[in-house]
Amino acid sequence: MIVQALTLTLRLAVMVSAILLVIGVPLAYWLAFSRRRWKFLVEAVVSLPIVLPPTVLGFYVLVAVGPLSPVGRWYQALTGHTLAFTFEGLVIGSVLYSLPFAVQPMATSFAAVDRTLLDASALLGASGWRTFWRIVLPLGLPGVLTGLVLSFAHTLGEFGVVLMIGGNIPGATQTVSILIYDQVQALDYATANRTALILLVLCFTMLAILYGLRRRGTWNVWEWR
Amino acid sequence: MRTILPLLLLTTILCSVAHGQDITVAAASDLNYALKDLASRFEKKTGDKITLSFGSSGNLYSQIQGGAPYDLFFSADIAYPQKLAAAGLVESSSLRTYAIGHLVLWVPSGSSFDPQKLKMDLLLQPAVQRIAIANPAHAPYGRTAIGALEHFALKDKVAGKLVFGENVSQAAQFVQSGNAQAGLIPLSLAVSPAMKDSGRYWELPADSYPELQQGVALLSASKYKPAAKAFVEYVLSAEGTAVLEQYGFRVPQSK
Repeated sequence: MIVQALTLTLRLAVMVSAILLVIGVPLAYWLAFSRRRWKFLVEAVVSLPIVLPPTVLGFYVLVAVGPLSPVGRWYQALTGHTLAFTFEGLVIGSVLYSLPFAVQPMATSFAAVDRTLLDASALLGASGWRTFWRIVLPLGLPGVLTGLVLSFAHTLGEFGVVLMIGGNIPGATQTVSILIYDQVQALDYATANRTALILLVLCFTMLAILYGLRRRGTWNVWEWR
Repeated sequence: MRTILPLLLLTTILCSVAHGQDITVAAASDLNYALKDLASRFEKKTGDKITLSFGSSGNLYSQIQGGAPYDLFFSADIAYPQKLAAAGLVESSSLRTYAIGHLVLWVPSGSSFDPQKLKMDLLLQPAVQRIAIANPAHAPYGRTAIGALEHFALKDKVAGKLVFGENVSQAAQFVQSGNAQAGLIPLSLAVSPAMKDSGRYWELPADSYPELQQGVALLSASKYKPAAKAFVEYVLSAEGTAVLEQYGFRVPQSK
């Protein structure tokens, strides 16, 4: 039971961080460098999951992926089943939920890159694409890594969204936090304690590694190629 | 400001005393509508204020074990209050069965299946991919639903389709939103204002699942025992039971 829930949770966290890397980096780059006047609106939307209770977010996702919405109908026509109560549904909910935790550190570190370097790169004839790969991304790498680790950790501990859209199916949508909740509800405190301890140790180890690496400055000496 | 503050506090305290007592009630989710109605009627009659807290009975049970400051506990079964009575957390003399719960098979109005015609066979339809019930590990109606599935020899056949709501309300929400195609939920929710126009149901025969006696008890730590007892008496009175019946509960013959 615990092993199954744990593998599911880890699989979810890996998947979510990978997706957030793909969509988070361009989004963070845009947020750091765009001069659009309505940029602040996008910033507000990206930060919403920090403020919104996870249950609200989960409820919105449940309604949005349900057969009563166009998205839900389209998905159902495509795959023959609804998104709720599936692993894919959890991935979508978790990506939304962890989005600010990935994007914000990335955007901050991109914005902190010395503008004179970008100007110099442009003057030397480098394309925007090349400047991004050779200057912005290497210098902003600590932020990208922090964003990845935070979204991973945040997904591990997620509860409200999964409770709302998961349906508590062992092996498909029952994550560790849901399992702990279930065990507490069933008054099985000893097992709940054990499961919680495993999650605690896992999260602590990860955060300790993150902060340990940062302290030793390992990330700052990583260079691009 | 220094003189005003204590004065303000004093008036607040005086006001709250003058306006009768404030009873806090922990109640199972299937009572959501019935108890809100009963509470507002009682408030009008007596001037006491009732604060309602809904959740799954198992959850409320744990909260009371942890010293939650409720005055009354309306459970969806009688076992939880009985266990609390054994632990001395509720007064065993106050233990009453206030209603019998009913289970229905519910489908959203958009469904192409007629629950009245197909009855439990509806659950076997391939298009019914998900069946929502309350979590049997801690919600009495979840256990009742499993009991019914066993009675109709369907449990193994539909086991892969089941999704568990944290309580009956969430299970109902799973079907109402169309994410599950059918659900086994309390009649009290099916006839509630929020759900009665959005779906159809078939009432399971009472002998197809273990009888769900819903019990209420007074917490030993309650500070407002007379007012709380008065509310229980009101719920069990002719007027109270009429309201309960209107919301889909059967009322036990011997109280």
